[in-house]
Amino acid sequence: MLFNKMNKFFLLAALLFAASANAQVDFDEIEVEVLKVRDNIFMLVGSGGNITVQVGDEGVLIIDTQYAQLSDKILAKIGELSDKPLRYIINTHHHGDHVGGNATLKAAGFTPSGGNVGGDLGDAGEGARILAHENVLLHMAADEAVSTDMWPTMTYFTEKKDIYFNGEGIRVLHQPDAHTDGDSIIFFRKSDVITSGDAYITSFYPYIDMPSGGTLQGFIDAANSIIDLIIPVYGQDGGTLVIPGHGRLSDIGDVLNWREMLTIIRDRIYDMKDRGMSLEEVLAARPTRDYDPRWAGEGIFSTENFVTAAYMTLD
Amino acid sequence: MGRFYCRISHSVSLSVSLSVSLVLCFSIASFPAYAEKNMSGVWVGNYSEDFPDRLPGPELGDYGGLPINDADRLRAQSWSASLIALPEYQCRVHPSDYASSFANIRIWDEHDPISEELTAVRIQHFAWQTRRTIWMDGREHPPEYAAHTSMGFSTGEWAGHQLKVTTTHLKEGWLRRNGVTRSDQATVTEYFIRHDNILNWTVIIDDPVYFDEPFIRNRDYIYSIDNQIANYPCDPVVEMVRESGYIPHHLPGENTDMLIYSNRHDIPLEGAMGGAMTMYPEYMQRLLELPKPSELDDQ
Repeated sequence: MLFNKMNKFFLLAALLFAASANAQVDFDEIEVEVLKVRDNIFMLVGSGGNITVQVGDEGVLIIDTQYAQLSDKILAKIGELSDKPLRYIINTHHHGDHVGGNATLKAAGFTPSGGNVGGDLGDAGEGARILAHENVLLHMAADEAVSTDMWPTMTYFTEKKDIYFNGEGIRVLHQPDAHTDGDSIIFFRKSDVITSGDAYITSFYPYIDMPSGGTLQGFIDAANSIIDLIIPVYGQDGGTLVIPGHGRLSDIGDVLNWREMLTIIRDRIYDMKDRGMSLEEVLAARPTRDYDPRWAGEGIFSTENFVTAAYMTLD
Repeated sequence: MGRFYCRISHSVSLSVSLSVSLVLCFSIASFPAYAEKNMSGVWVGNYSEDFPDRLPGPELGDYGGLPINDADRLRAQSWSASLIALPEYQCRVHPSDYASSFANIRIWDEHDPISEELTAVRIQHFAWQTRRTIWMDGREHPPEYAAHTSMGFSTGEWAGHQLKVTTTHLKEGWLRRNGVTRSDQATVTEYFIRHDNILNWTVIIDDPVYFDEPFIRNRDYIYSIDNQIANYPCDPVVEMVRESGYIPHHLPGENTDMLIYSNRHDIPLEGAMGGAMTMYPEYMQRLLELPKPSELDDQ
């Protein structure tokens, strides 16, 4: 009962925060900037989640699409990086700051079709493909505000989905119950780059989207998955690079610090819960007070939201 | 900047006047009017009463003289030394703002091959052979979304004969090797001042997350003609089998290790726990007024 009430609270809080954040952004003032990550991998920063761009002879693959209002600027930046067609869009999860531009960017792209595919599916060649975990489609389909042309056109429901594009293997790995129940991290095996979506960010405390299946332990598991994939260079400044959902380009050191914080906070809250402390008592005990100056944000990123969701999702 | 180009005449005979001109030419070329000091070479740390802290390392629970806030104090108290037994932590390098704490360094300059303008100063530290670059070519610091590193991004300028360095984009690091954290939001200002064969290196760390006041560390080095920087291999190994994702730490209120320094030296715990006030000489008076651990034991 309490869990259901809290879920409704979180859903409402998330919707209100997203609406107010969107309303506060003057998209005309936003510049989309490009950071080169590796030879053919770039990070686009604007408003909303970071976008990953992979370019090559076969075309362009992007991960996440920010807001629809920025799509023209995003397309212009992609055009500066490659004159090839946009072929793939991968969504790390279903939130509006990561999928808002899906429809426009998809329409600007292209999927080769022919043979049986062309004959059976009339629109198979219209626009780029959108790949995501099946739960992303389910969440988007359940939201009447999301138009069907934003929906993923390829989904997977297993642990991983592999594609080979622009000369490298790209592994899409499901991270269950982290930020949401549909999170994917994407590993570019040749470029040695991981895109984490919001399963790892450097800006604020994680937003545990409980109504969408998010849990604190899922975040920790995702961090461990990312660390398992990383091979650092000697000195640990570099090696495998990580493009986070929000914030700065990272490597193992940043992800280790993130995991350390989440694990220590989990252990503290778990210990308090195990000793019979109520949520109110845990909040009053301030189990995150040593991390708050660095990680506390506002709204869904606030300490109260984070601790509450952590408490609610720890068994 | 005193750049001097010498052109030798192609006249057949070298007259006395030409010889004098050449002597003058080489003399002036040997002493260009650069404001900057040449700091290239190997410099050896000059240790004194701070030797135990700088080489063996600080004792557990010694945060005295550090301007840390309550949040950083709790982080330090939560820290367990077992953390650095984890393979992924074993080869973490000392951040650039900690490097002056101990060991030798090598400094060398890089110059534009045509103009001979100083473009960068490089510093290599003994530990893990870390190398940092101080850009002297006037470039901007990168945007916040660029990667942070252990060395950070440094730019330098000459303030008279002092090399002033500003560093941003640091990863989270440590202020002392016993769990005291410096955040990834810190800005570091350094001054390198050479007095003949003595190099003074001042590090000023401004951390809006964890410090109430800037922290200043000042070290002296001696120029060495018979030292080099050795290599420093590091291969992480599994020292003990642990559950995947295990992070050693102390729950709040359960760390008895943090009492070690205070008890061993009979220093009031408040002083050992640090804070901006413990940096100043007048705090000595307050220390005298606080009960020592031995006095508390007697009660």
